[in-house]
Amino acid sequence: MKIKQISVFLENKKGRLAQLTKILKENNIDISAISVADTANFGIIRMIVSRYSDAMRVIKDAGYTVNTTDVLAVEVADSPGGLHQVLEILSQNDISVEYLYSFVRRPSERALILFKIREIDEAIGVLNHNGINILSPEEIYEL
Amino acid sequence: MNYWNKYCECMEREELKKLQSQRLIEAVERVYYNVPYYRNLMQERGLMPEDIKGIEDLNKLPFTTKDDLRENYPYGFFAVPLSEIVRIHASSGTTGKPTVVGYTRRDIAIWSELMARTLTCGGATKDSVIQVAYGYGLFTGGLGVHYGAERLGASVIPISGGNTKRQIMLMKDFGTTVLACTPSYALYIAETMAEMNLHKDNFKLKYGILGAEPWTEGLRQEIEEKLGIVAIDIYGLSEIIGPGVASECLYKTGLHINEDHFIPEIIDPVTGEVLPEGSEGELVFTTITKEGIPVIRYRTRDISSLNYEPCPCGRTHVRMQKVIGRTDDMLIIRGVNVFPSQIESILIDIGETEPHYLLVIDRVGNMDNLEVWVEVSEKLFSDEVRRLEELNRRIAYEIQSTLGLSVRVKLVEPKTIERSQGKAVRVVDKRR
Repeated sequence: MKIKQISVFLENKKGRLAQLTKILKENNIDISAISVADTANFGIIRMIVSRYSDAMRVIKDAGYTVNTTDVLAVEVADSPGGLHQVLEILSQNDISVEYLYSFVRRPSERALILFKIREIDEAIGVLNHNGINILSPEEIYEL
Repeated sequence: MNYWNKYCECMEREELKKLQSQRLIEAVERVYYNVPYYRNLMQERGLMPEDIKGIEDLNKLPFTTKDDLRENYPYGFFAVPLSEIVRIHASSGTTGKPTVVGYTRRDIAIWSELMARTLTCGGATKDSVIQVAYGYGLFTGGLGVHYGAERLGASVIPISGGNTKRQIMLMKDFGTTVLACTPSYALYIAETMAEMNLHKDNFKLKYGILGAEPWTEGLRQEIEEKLGIVAIDIYGLSEIIGPGVASECLYKTGLHINEDHFIPEIIDPVTGEVLPEGSEGELVFTTITKEGIPVIRYRTRDISSLNYEPCPCGRTHVRMQKVIGRTDDMLIIRGVNVFPSQIESILIDIGETEPHYLLVIDRVGNMDNLEVWVEVSEKLFSDEVRRLEELNRRIAYEIQSTLGLSVRVKLVEPKTIERSQGKAVRVVDKRR
């Protein structure tokens, strides 16, 4: 159920993000989701990639600070209120979301949202119980 | 030429030497019988107090370092019981523990006398209105100048540091004639005055009694020009007494050391050998009248030289050259002593690992600014912005509470900070 997300620390410097994507390109690693959290001084790149352990290695070798985090890939209806339905369930169960972002690609008429949740196991239980589809790593990497 | 204590300040050198010898003998007896640290050290060297017959025997005695003081934290160097101590000051140490100094009632009286000499030497009189903008508190600057100015009989404004616009308003309204603060703060005051559209002619300022950090002749000229004052350099360190160890006279050709209370030496910082007259080297002081915490051959780590030529002001006390550097990596930022190792140990506590960091010091708007660059290791990294911002704040907070200095923390990528062969570069000082 849990997906491995790669997070990379980047200073706010011109060209830094391009250097990172270049490394991935050279190693033929596909990015299926990406988000950038930025502050005045630094940024955090969060990505879901095709071969995460290879990606970890090449990024680390290039001298970046990198770690992995478990996140959930949740399928929501691609219509008004789709995301709200999921957030409402989490909120009612007193589960808070650290951050979320969406996939670049998506299957059919559904949107795919990534959730970072501290109480991840509780969230899986609650979402399953409410009939919300959480994608497995295999499904994600096939996208 | 005004003197506070002409008898002492203009004493014939032969007579001064006799006085120093007699006081040294008494000081050595005091430390031998009252400070186990010195007694042990002297016994190890087979030295008895009676072996010290005058200042010619000074170099038989062991040196004292800041580390020695720190290792005997807090009261190990006190030569009197606490019941005799009326004041305690402290300055920052190399690894977080401060260096503690205690004063007896007589020490405070002598300190006040020496500061009255210092202020007089720098142009102040009993008619002066002295604004003390050195920090009050554990730092010796504020209270040291304060007591001296009161002894002098001047009118003292104990405003302490900071709150610059209010400083300037009071300086104008109260007719301050003497400003006592760090040189960088004096310049900051001058800049702020300009921002407030106030001209130096709106003020009655005549003299600046400036010290607690190294400064250049260029900075002196700038301060004198902008504030319309004569800027005088004063020198001191809490381990010896605080301000009042040495000060320039109006001829501004070196700082007269109060030799009837402190014996200076210049040594080779590597071999510890006493260097010939006029050589540049590490400045060492022996306190010969202090009761609370007498120190023998204290290594200041400051680099200077001694000039025994007579001074046109008539004072016979030797002049030390303006301090030109340090033998260790101590930085002085806004008058606060900072050792890179202090910041390193804070980072180790937070990151549980050897940190890569760089201290970048700059003068922004004439105020010293310390920026601490920290490489984000995997241990410190988080995918949440909130956590990293917390980390940033925590580092700044820990440094602030240890050093009493506000700093800007910048999180940087690994390998941003240059790795040198051998000794790591920990400091980039961009100040003039």
